[in-house]
Amino acid sequence: MSLPFQVVVLWSDALFFGLITAVVMLGMWARRQAPLRQSWARVASDKVAMVSATILAAFLFVGVLDSLHYRAQLDAVPGQAVAQKINYAVEVNSLLDVLLAPLREHPEKTYSAPLATHLFSKEPLPGSIERGFPRLAWGGAHLGQALEHRTIDIVQRSALGAAGGLLLWLGLMSMMRLRFNRHNHATDSAEKIPNGTQSAGAGNTARKTSRRAASHATLFTLLVLFLLAGITIALGSGYHVLGTDKVGQDVLYLSLKSIRTGLLIGTLTTLVMLPVAVLLGILAGYLGGWVDDLIQYAYTTLNSIPGVLLIAAAVLMMQVVIDTHPDWFATSAERADARLLALCLILGMTSWTGLARLLRGETLKLRELEFVQAARAFGVSHFAIMQRHILPNLMHIVLIALVMDFSGLVLAEAVLSYVGVGVDPATISFGTMINAARMELARDPMVWWSLAAAFTFMFILVLAANLLTDAVRDAFDPRTAA
Amino acid sequence: MSLLSVSNLVINIGAARPVDGVSFSIAAGECFALLGESGCGKSMTALALMRLLPPGAKVSQGQIEFSGTPLLTLPENRMRQVRGGGIGMIFQEPATSLNPVMRIGHQIGEALALHEQLQGVAARARAVELLTQVGIPDPVRRLDEFPFQLSGGMKQRVMIAMALAGRPRLLIADEPTTALDVTIQAQVLDVLDALRRKQGMAVLLITHDLGVVARMADRVGVMYAGQLIEEAPRAQFFAHPAHPYSIRLFAALPDPARRGGHLATIPGNVPPADTRYTGCRFVDRCTEALPQCRESAPEWRAVTSDQKMRCFLERSTSEKKTDTEKVGSDEATALQGGQAKNAFLAVANGDTATEDNDDAVEPPLLTVNDLRVHFPIRRGLLQRTVGHVRAVDGISLQLRTGRTLALVGESGCGKTTAGKAILQLIPPTAGQVYLNSQPLTGLSVSELRPLRVQMQMIFQDPFASLNPRMRVGDIIAEGMRTLGLQKGSQEDTTQRIAALLGRVGLGAEMASRYPHEFSGGQRQRIAIARALAVNPSLLVCDEPTSALDVSVQAQILNLLAQLQREQQLAFLFITHNIAVVDYLAHEVAVMYLGRIVERGTTDEVLRNPQHPYTQALLAAVLPVHGPVAAVTRLNGEMPSAAKPPHGCHFHPRCPHADVACCTTNPPEVVISATHSARCLKLKN
Repeated sequence: MSLPFQVVVLWSDALFFGLITAVVMLGMWARRQAPLRQSWARVASDKVAMVSATILAAFLFVGVLDSLHYRAQLDAVPGQAVAQKINYAVEVNSLLDVLLAPLREHPEKTYSAPLATHLFSKEPLPGSIERGFPRLAWGGAHLGQALEHRTIDIVQRSALGAAGGLLLWLGLMSMMRLRFNRHNHATDSAEKIPNGTQSAGAGNTARKTSRRAASHATLFTLLVLFLLAGITIALGSGYHVLGTDKVGQDVLYLSLKSIRTGLLIGTLTTLVMLPVAVLLGILAGYLGGWVDDLIQYAYTTLNSIPGVLLIAAAVLMMQVVIDTHPDWFATSAERADARLLALCLILGMTSWTGLARLLRGETLKLRELEFVQAARAFGVSHFAIMQRHILPNLMHIVLIALVMDFSGLVLAEAVLSYVGVGVDPATISFGTMINAARMELARDPMVWWSLAAAFTFMFILVLAANLLTDAVRDAFDPRTAA
Repeated sequence: MSLLSVSNLVINIGAARPVDGVSFSIAAGECFALLGESGCGKSMTALALMRLLPPGAKVSQGQIEFSGTPLLTLPENRMRQVRGGGIGMIFQEPATSLNPVMRIGHQIGEALALHEQLQGVAARARAVELLTQVGIPDPVRRLDEFPFQLSGGMKQRVMIAMALAGRPRLLIADEPTTALDVTIQAQVLDVLDALRRKQGMAVLLITHDLGVVARMADRVGVMYAGQLIEEAPRAQFFAHPAHPYSIRLFAALPDPARRGGHLATIPGNVPPADTRYTGCRFVDRCTEALPQCRESAPEWRAVTSDQKMRCFLERSTSEKKTDTEKVGSDEATALQGGQAKNAFLAVANGDTATEDNDDAVEPPLLTVNDLRVHFPIRRGLLQRTVGHVRAVDGISLQLRTGRTLALVGESGCGKTTAGKAILQLIPPTAGQVYLNSQPLTGLSVSELRPLRVQMQMIFQDPFASLNPRMRVGDIIAEGMRTLGLQKGSQEDTTQRIAALLGRVGLGAEMASRYPHEFSGGQRQRIAIARALAVNPSLLVCDEPTSALDVSVQAQILNLLAQLQREQQLAFLFITHNIAVVDYLAHEVAVMYLGRIVERGTTDEVLRNPQHPYTQALLAAVLPVHGPVAAVTRLNGEMPSAAKPPHGCHFHPRCPHADVACCTTNPPEVVISATHSARCLKLKN
C-alpha cells in the first residue's frame, strides 16, 4: 500500500456515518413519496427552519470532518533495514485536526485572552527578575515589536477574511443561480400544464414567494457563516481567536472539537433510548393488563434510583472492563471512543423512562378513540394498529422529546464529567470545557472566554435544533399544515 | 323600551367575520331564541354581549345597549357588575362549567358575595333558596357536595342557580340542554320556563334544536353565516317560515310521514367564516335562487307586520306548502339519478334487490340471546373485584336482512356497549351472538377475522373515528387490506376506493386528502365508505348523526336509507333521537339500564307504548309542531349500573311502581306477535 496513512474507523464513526447514511436514504425514499415531499416542501418554505437547517448543517459538517480518522505513517527509522513493516503513529487524528493544525500545534504556556499578544497572568520574564506579562509564542508573534500595530493588523486581517468569505459566497451564489434558473425553467414549463385552475395557480405563487423568501434567508445565513469563517481563518492564522485555556490549548480548536462529542452524545443516546421508550410506552398503554404492570414496575424502579448514582456505577463498571483489557484497544483514541459509546448506551438505558411514561399515557387515550375501535372492527392485528394508528399519532411527542433530550443530554454529559464519570478525560467536549471553567470563573480577574465559547456554541446548536424540529413538527401535523 | 338591543353588530377575527351585522332586541321577560347550525356565529354573538370574546376576536362595528346603557364602551369594572348582575349566562357543557374541586355551596357563594354582598349564614340561606328554585331535592345536603357527586342534569341546575344568584334581568342560555338526555332536558327546560315566568327574566336562548325553540321561545331569530336571515314570533315562524333556509330546515327534520321516502336536504355546508360575499349568503345552497341573488345582498325587510327576513323572494302563504313538497320531490329525482349511476356497483357486489315478502321463512341475520357485559370494579391494593358494572344485563334481539332495528335509550343505558359486544369489540360476559346462524361468541381473534367482512360499525363522533394521520384512501382501504379483499392490483384498489367515495357522494380525488380537510358530514360519509368497503351485511350505527347539524343529518340519513335499499343492509341503529327512529327504523327496542324494556315494530312502540318508561321517554320528546304534551315528567335520573335497583330496574322512577316491582324482575309480556314489554303491570 502506498497510502501515507492508515484509515481508522472508530466505532462511534461507524455509527455516526451509519446514521447519516440512514437519514440520507430515508430522504431519498421520501423524495419519491409525493405526500412526504409536500410536507418537506413546507419545511423548505419556512424561513426559520431553513436558517436553522443551514446552521445545523454547518455543525454537522464540522462533526463529519472530525469523524474521518487516520493514523499518520511514521518515517522509517534510519539504520533499520528497509522497513518490512510500516509503522504508524500512536496518535489518531481526524481531518479536522489537519485543517486546524496551526491552532493545534502552537500551544501557549497558559491562559491568554482572545486575540491577545501577551499571557493573561504575570510571570517572571526571561532574563530578568521582574514579573510581567510574557509575549505569546504564537499569538501576535508576527507583529514583532510593533505592538502598536495590533489593532490595525486585526482590522486588516478581518477585512481580508471578510472579503475572502464574501468572494467565496458570491462564487457559490452565481453557481447556484445558474443551476437554479435552469431548474426553474424546467419546472415552470412542467407545472403550467396540470395547473389549469386559478386557485391552484394562486396557491402555487404563494408557495413560491414563501419558498423564495426562505431561500433568501438561507443564502443570507450562508453569507454570515462565510463571513464569520473568513474572519476567523484570517485572524486564526496569527492569533488565538478565542484565547487559550489553562494549558495553553486554543479554545477555538477545543470548541470545534467539542461539536462532534456533543452531536454524538445527543444522537447516539437518543438512538439507544428511542426504540426502548417507544416500544415499551406503546406496549404498556395499548395492551394494558400484566404487560402494563410489568413495564410500569420496571420504569418506576429505574426512576427511584438516583440517576447519577446509577450512571456512575455503570460507567465505573465499564471503565474497569476497559482498563482490565488494554489489549482490546490499539490506541488511546479507541479507548476514549469505547468509553464515549458506553456513556451513550448507559445514558440511553436510564433516560427512556420519561418518554415511555408520556407515550403510555397518550396511548391510553388514543386506544379508546373510535378510529382504533374501527380498525379493531376490521380485525386489524394489534401490531398493525400500534404501528399504523397509534405510532403516527405519537410522533409529535416523540419529536419534541427528542430535541428536548438532545439538549438535556449534552448538559447531562457536562454534569457527569464534573462527577468524573463522563467522557474520557482525553475526549474534548463541551462538558469538560464548562467543567474547567468552574475554576476559571473563580479566578480574579475572571477567565471568561472558554465558558463563553462553549456556551455560545452549545446554545446555537441546541437552539437551531429546537427551531428546526418545531418547523418539522408543524409541517407534518396534518391539522396545522393546512 | 327593550331590555337589550343589539344593532348592526360586527365581530372580526382577523379578516374573517363570524358575525356580520346582527340586529335584534329583547323585551323584559321575553324569550328570544337564536336558531342556527354550528358555525353560524350565534355563540359569538352571545359572548359579545357579555364582552367575553376570545382573544383575537373583537367587535369592530355596532352597538349593544342593555337597559339604556351602551355595553361596548363601559369600563371593565362597571362591566363586571353587568356580568352576573345584569346578564347571567349558562353554558352547554355542565360537566366543565363547574370547578371540580370546589363545593357547590362555595361556587354559588362566590357569585352571592360578588353581587349581593352576602356572606356566611345569609349566603348559605340564599344558596339553599336558589337550589330550591331550580328544583334540586335536599338542597342543604347538596351545598356541601362536590360537582362529581351530581349528575349532569343536577349540574346544569346548579349552573342555573349560580346564574340566578345576581338576580339578572337577562339570562343567556347557550345550548343549555344539548348535552343532556331528553327526559333530563324536559326537566331543565321546565325549570327555566318556570323561573322566567315567575321572575319576569328575559332569556336569550341559543340553540340548534327546533323542538327546544318550539317549547321555550316567544320570538325566533334564524342565523346563517353570521347574519340574521329571519325573525318572527314563534307561532308565525312555525306556521309560515319565510326564508328558503328556514323552510328547508323544517323539511330536513326526520318525520314518520316521510319514512322510506327522502328527507329534504340542504346541499353543501355552511360557508367558512372568511368567505367574501357579494350576493346572498345562502345562494349556493338555495334551489330558488334568482339571478339578482348572486349580484347583490338582499336587504333586511318585513314580510308581514312582525316577520322580517333577508331574501328577495316574494311569496304568499299558499305558495309555501307547495314549496316544501317540491323540495322533497327534487331530492327524490336527484336521488334517482344517483341510483342509476350506482346500479352497476350493486350488481358487482352481488346484491340483488329482493323484496322481503318471505319474511317469515327467512332466518334472522343476527340473533342475540341473553347477552351480558359486566365490567369488574377493582379496588384496593390487590385489585380485588368488589362488584360489577352491569352495562348490558341480558338482552335478546333478532334482526333480519335489509331491516333496521333501533336500539333506543338514554346515555348510560348500555346501548353502545351492547353494539360493541355484538361485534365482539368488547368480550361479552355471557350470552350468545349468532350472525347467519354462526356463533360469534367464544371465537378467537383469528377465527373472528373472516367473519368481520359481514359486520361493520359506524361511530358517533366523525372527528374521532378517522385517524388524522392517514389519508382518506388509506383509511378506506385498511379494511380491504386486512381482510384480504384486496385481490387485484394497486389500480383495482384505487378504482374501488373511487367507486366507494362516489357511492357515499364524495369525489374520487378526495382519496389523497387528510380527514381534517372535511366537514363533519363529509367525515361521516368517509366513515360509511370505510365500513362499506368490505361489503358487510350488518352495520352497527352508533349515533351516527348525533354530532351533526339537522341539514347534514338529513343527508346522512338519506344515504343510509338508500344504501339499505340497494344493498339489503341490515342496520342496528343505536340512538337516543326518537325522530330519527321514527323515520328510519322498522323495529324498535327500548333499553333501560342494561335491559330491553319494550320492543316491537316502530308503529307499535312509538304509537302504542306499553312500558311506563317508553311512555315517559316519548312524552319528553319536544314536538316541533303542535302543543307540548301535558304529561307527568319523569323524576330523577337513571341509577348507576354498578348498583342497579332490585326487581324492575325502572321502579324507583316509575309512577305506577308497587312492592312487587321492587323485588321481581318482570318477565316478557307478549302484546302482539311482534310487540312485547317487560312490566308487571301489563299482566292484568
